[in-house]
Amino acid sequence: MRGSARARRLASLGAFSIAAGAAVLLALPAGAEAPRTFRYASQGDALDLDPHGANEGQTNGIRQEIYEGLVWRSADLALHPALAESWTRLAPTTWRFHLRKNVRFHDGTPFTADDVVFSFRRANHKASDMKTYVALVKDVVRVDDHTVDFLTDGPDPVLLQKLPYHFVMSRRWAEQNGALEPPDKFTKEAPTARRANGTGPFRLVERVPDTRIVLESSPGWWGAAAGKLDVARAEYRPIANAATRVAALLSGEVDLVYPVPPQDLARIRAAPGFRVLEGPEVRTIYLGFDHFRDELLDMPGSGKNPFKDPRVRRAVYQAVDVKAIHDKVMRGSSLVTALLVAPAVQGYDPKLEARLPYDPEAAKKLLAEAGWPQGFAVTMDCPNDRYVNDEAICQAVVPMLARIGLKVSLNAQTKSKFFDKVRSHQTSFFLGGWASTTFDAHYTLSNLLVEQPPGPSWNFGRYSTPRMEALTRDIAVEMDQARRQQLVSEALQLARDDVAYVPLHDQTVAWAARQGVQVPLAPDNIPRLRQVRMAR
Amino acid sequence: MLAFVLRRLFQAALVMLAVGFIAFGLFTYVGDPVNNLLGQDATAEQRRQVAADLGLDRPFPMQYARFLSRAVRGEFGVSYRLGVPVADLLAERLPATLELSCSAMALALLAGVPLGVYAGLHRRGRLARFLMAGSLLGISLPTFLIGILLIFLFSVRLGWFPSFGRGEVVRLGFWSTGLLTQSGLRSLVLPAVTLALFQTTLIGRLVRAQMLEVLRTDYIRFARARGLPDRVVHFRHALRNTLVPVVTVVGLQLGGIVAFAIITETVFQWPGLGLLFLQAVQFVDVPVMSAYLVLVALLFVSINLAVDLLYLAVDPRLRAGASLADRVA
Repeated sequence: MRGSARARRLASLGAFSIAAGAAVLLALPAGAEAPRTFRYASQGDALDLDPHGANEGQTNGIRQEIYEGLVWRSADLALHPALAESWTRLAPTTWRFHLRKNVRFHDGTPFTADDVVFSFRRANHKASDMKTYVALVKDVVRVDDHTVDFLTDGPDPVLLQKLPYHFVMSRRWAEQNGALEPPDKFTKEAPTARRANGTGPFRLVERVPDTRIVLESSPGWWGAAAGKLDVARAEYRPIANAATRVAALLSGEVDLVYPVPPQDLARIRAAPGFRVLEGPEVRTIYLGFDHFRDELLDMPGSGKNPFKDPRVRRAVYQAVDVKAIHDKVMRGSSLVTALLVAPAVQGYDPKLEARLPYDPEAAKKLLAEAGWPQGFAVTMDCPNDRYVNDEAICQAVVPMLARIGLKVSLNAQTKSKFFDKVRSHQTSFFLGGWASTTFDAHYTLSNLLVEQPPGPSWNFGRYSTPRMEALTRDIAVEMDQARRQQLVSEALQLARDDVAYVPLHDQTVAWAARQGVQVPLAPDNIPRLRQVRMAR
Repeated sequence: MLAFVLRRLFQAALVMLAVGFIAFGLFTYVGDPVNNLLGQDATAEQRRQVAADLGLDRPFPMQYARFLSRAVRGEFGVSYRLGVPVADLLAERLPATLELSCSAMALALLAGVPLGVYAGLHRRGRLARFLMAGSLLGISLPTFLIGILLIFLFSVRLGWFPSFGRGEVVRLGFWSTGLLTQSGLRSLVLPAVTLALFQTTLIGRLVRAQMLEVLRTDYIRFARARGLPDRVVHFRHALRNTLVPVVTVVGLQLGGIVAFAIITETVFQWPGLGLLFLQAVQFVDVPVMSAYLVLVALLFVSINLAVDLLYLAVDPRLRAGASLADRVA
């Protein structure tokens, strides 16, 4: 009804503008804006709007405006009560959450403990990609209308860290809309592909795939009474091409764009009326080795894998000039690191932040000691569209390693092909990147440094030592924070001293905004609309 | 006549089959869609499950057979990336691309034909030489660069036109049009000009060459000898005769820009088929890629078939032999 009225209005407008011709077309302003409309653009569209659909960054970013978890993570990565007002640990494996009262979904349905239980079951359904956030939760039990217990499979010290993306959806709405299960996205359009009903600060007005997602502030949101919302309407516009995205900001069509490529930062800084926000991301970029095979893929018939010798790994480490990569390839937009976790990650230990010095001579000596005075030839696998300047980093590493006699042939390819290869361990030497989605070090350790994790694995080179396996197992269940930090520090130090990987740098995030728009930069590259403030 | 049509239809069906097979075969080299679907947090078990759901664990001939049997029924599955049925996606995007391509072609004709006529008539004139030299630029500048330059001049510097998107659209039944709203028309200008530039120079050069040829023919000389005014000679006798090959080329080029406006659409975030295809390739969205290529093949096969049939109607000499379109194409 709404649409057709608008269509008629637009049609008459259109007829007018055709009649009036191009002169009028040019003279009219760029369209009067509704007050406090926040328009922002990034590279890709959300993959769906189902709370338990694809587990992908941008998709989660849009979701967390519409849906809420029991807790919410702000731009500084701190946790805040959301649908749960408070919580206590009754036992090492039992968490009690006291739910917020008088909360309603956007369709008016009251929010109760039943919805939390329902959402847990739905998130655990086999078609759900969001299982990982409740992987260690055995069951969720309703105590009364506003109390639930989370029972974990063994103690889980980072349960809270995982809950922001465990979204709660209305059981009644799901029943009414045929959305009791997460989408089986391969046979038909899911009822949740273009519709959503959460408790969050914004409700979905419209999603046109690849064109826009329109959100409106929800007047009934529990935080709205406390004046926590400034944005009345938000429009997300996916713009795939980075140059066009920057142009859209500079021409005033959007208020915020992210990510901004390093080469455009200087130009935006120089333009009056705009500013660049830059800060660390939680993603660490590193070089990895095949630790597993007795004979390297590149050396058939030799029966040798030089990377099994820590001296060779150390030689690679000391031959790579990270400073040069930081200055030249990343144009200063990176933070050189010695660790596999970024400073914002829980468990990070600044005392370990000392890299081995860049020293090609020492590297050559190490290679000779290890029995490779002439070096050897190896293939380096590298993505060319996954991380910031990924291929350029690899291209810089190749001649650095040539100086110590390693003949590296670079195999840079698109991420689909790259991950296909390295995830099946068909690699000897590679460039990788990792961000802990729980913002806790354990997730990094279990993905990168142990061979048979209970969950996913990003350990392409199959690194494994008995001590690391034991440490990771202990960290997973250690509830005492001080003791846990000791264990994490020991594990990070072990990985560093053993040169399990060669950490290069943490990526930075760069956003650009119009003056007059206050938006806190977030290390996970997701703007929080409820934290946006717009000048009147 | 009937035999000719049937033969062409049979050939068209063969072409479609071959395109489908080659396209589908290529997808095995684009990578594994499962990585894009599941992200870094998926376990090996989840990955196997999704691969099985998608039928990716089956051998290639079986995947192709399944694709074919569903394609003939018009089922192309659901986009991996957007979770929307591919048929709906194509129907949503086709109007955007057709409006852009047709506007660009109209622009190219409006500018290119007069340009070619002028250059043909005054081929030693300074302005004509300048235009011809300039047209080289239009042919050789990459579309991407032209698009970005236009954006920076007309969106960022002057603020006249939007830098991306299609503006407000109006739904007329299944068709969504941007031609009826002010923001839609303003959004159309830059991408249409970008896409038209190459076509303009192409048409201009073609018309010029044809004009030069026709002006040398006997009937033009006779027309002049009859004392007809230049205007009549140039526009009634010469121009009309140059337009036959121009129309053929325009037809084929139109198919080309509908199918391959990829760069222009990406630069301007124009929500058409080209952008859809490019993003599908990056995401390894196999259902979208395969349906798109089948659609493009269908488009070209239909255009060629129509051109063949038109020639057949026009030129009686062809009714027994091969088609002219083969030679033109």
